[in-house]
Amino acid sequence: MPEPAPTTQTSRETLSFFVAGLFFLVVLPALNLLPAEDAWFHVSDFRLNQFGKFLAFAILALGLDLIWGYCGVLSLGQGVFFGFGAYCMGMYLALQIGSESVYGSELPDFMVWTQVQELPLFWYPFKSFWGGLIGAILVPVLFALVFGFLSFRSRIKGVYFAILTQALAFAAWLVFNRNETRLGGTNGLTDFKQLLGFRLSDPGTQRGLYLITVLALGAAYLLCRYIVASRAGKVLIAIRDSESRVTFSGYTPWTYKLFVFIVAAGLAGLAGMLYVPQVGIITPAQIGVLPSLEVVIWVAVGGRGTLIGAIIGAVAVNYGRSVLTNYFPEAWPFILGGLFVVVVTLFPDGLVGLLRRLTTRTPPTAPGLPAEGRPAA
Amino acid sequence: MTDERILTCEHVIVDYDGFKALNNCTFSVRYNELRVVIGPNGAGKTTLLDVICGKTAPTSGTVRFGQGINLVGKNAEDITKLGVGRKFQAPSIYSNLTVWQNLDLSVKRASTGVFPTLVGRSTPAERAKISEALETIGLTAHAHDRAGSLSHGQKQWLEIGMVILQEPALLLVDEPVAGMSDKETEQTGHLLKTLSAKQAIVVIEHDMDFVRQIATIVTVLAEGTVICEGTVEQVQADEHVREIYLGRAKVAH
Repeated sequence: MPEPAPTTQTSRETLSFFVAGLFFLVVLPALNLLPAEDAWFHVSDFRLNQFGKFLAFAILALGLDLIWGYCGVLSLGQGVFFGFGAYCMGMYLALQIGSESVYGSELPDFMVWTQVQELPLFWYPFKSFWGGLIGAILVPVLFALVFGFLSFRSRIKGVYFAILTQALAFAAWLVFNRNETRLGGTNGLTDFKQLLGFRLSDPGTQRGLYLITVLALGAAYLLCRYIVASRAGKVLIAIRDSESRVTFSGYTPWTYKLFVFIVAAGLAGLAGMLYVPQVGIITPAQIGVLPSLEVVIWVAVGGRGTLIGAIIGAVAVNYGRSVLTNYFPEAWPFILGGLFVVVVTLFPDGLVGLLRRLTTRTPPTAPGLPAEGRPAA
Repeated sequence: MTDERILTCEHVIVDYDGFKALNNCTFSVRYNELRVVIGPNGAGKTTLLDVICGKTAPTSGTVRFGQGINLVGKNAEDITKLGVGRKFQAPSIYSNLTVWQNLDLSVKRASTGVFPTLVGRSTPAERAKISEALETIGLTAHAHDRAGSLSHGQKQWLEIGMVILQEPALLLVDEPVAGMSDKETEQTGHLLKTLSAKQAIVVIEHDMDFVRQIATIVTVLAEGTVICEGTVEQVQADEHVREIYLGRAKVAH
């Protein structure tokens, strides 16, 4: 008997990948560049930049989906890894401001007003672009390696791991808020001017960053897809379904959890790195408990356990926020919370599950959720 | 005699804060034997399997496997790799994977590390083994169904299939027919008998009809220790065994 042929579901995912790639890589930038600015289908520079930010968030969501959606390990600390990536790139950008800074000093402004006389040693690698780029991936990966090794090897599981990562997010927030950390305290890093000689205020630069983000998301998606399609990806689902059985099949579950935790951290770092030059600021408010929780909501809304769901969730929730905060700025946290409750109780497979239920007659077969979590079809 | 034995447990004690789940239990199984372990609730049957497969560490005693490997102190993954397979009481399968994928994950492979598993693809020989296992457990028609959608009996067979793909020399099976229909029970009996041609099997069971169907030698466990061993007839005729079971029955009525 041959191995299972690719199901219609996977070929559908391939199709969506190309359609979405075409849309984000060609259609959106074309609608930004070509039509007259007052045409109804014109995409403003602001919108394009905003989508660049959403797609960076989608990379972050992919990572959480791997570890939570597939492997069943809830991490409430993804914002920390995002922050590491963002700060690494932010430090490089801050050093590129140079004499354009408010005080005309070579040091970043915040150092001048907090009376730091010379550049702290740990800032030195970020004088170079490569330092920022490599650091943005390597720092979260190494941190995840140590943190994950210590917790997974000690068989810390489920809700205990979730609490531990939430504590990590809170601790990171506290540390990054302190002026003594030499990372700009509460104000974070901002007022960036240029990246490799390109002016960040130039729409052309932002368009380029947007395109790089689309390509990075595509690459991140393909990486995740390779992982989940491999036998190791099946082990991840197996761990979620029955961890003890996995042990008695001769696998060591904690090494798989560690692996996927590291991949998720690297993706979060990548997302943070792409976020900073497009948004122009990184502060501790972006890396604490709440931003980390929000990633969970994106993935839940999109549909955990499907890669496309993570991307859809990140883009849809953030787009919804940008629209709704215009009208009801105060109500957003309640809308977000309500959305989470509705999704968890009524649509445990998220938007993707909902779409599947509408387009097919058979109940969803995606490795979305433990079967008992689903309402009877 | 000793070298004919695949498993020898000697003086095994499992002490849970004063309650001895296994109390000086001595038990052995020969190669290619199908052994049934019976006993009233709380006799320590499942604990015995837990000790053998590394799920529970005994307070004292030795468990020798094959040519004198002591299993005590080894972890579950290593014991699995040495060739002890465990089928749990409640079906323990991966509900969100297909039957095929469940079996594919269980095939015995040289390495189960993250990176070999990440890049590894099933070889034709492995696929042939999976097909053969599907045949044996009678789930060929369901190969690409989600395992969670199988019936209770089919799930139990799937788990047996998963365990035999690990090619264990010793297979531990905990109450395989609980909750099965009569027909399923009979099929399970045939399955276990077929399998015992290739490996030693220890089955824990309550259902006496089923025990009669499959057993040659029965071990009776009570209060953590072996009280009797012999054919089904011998065991049923044993005064001590009757006392234990009848005593229980009186309480129950």
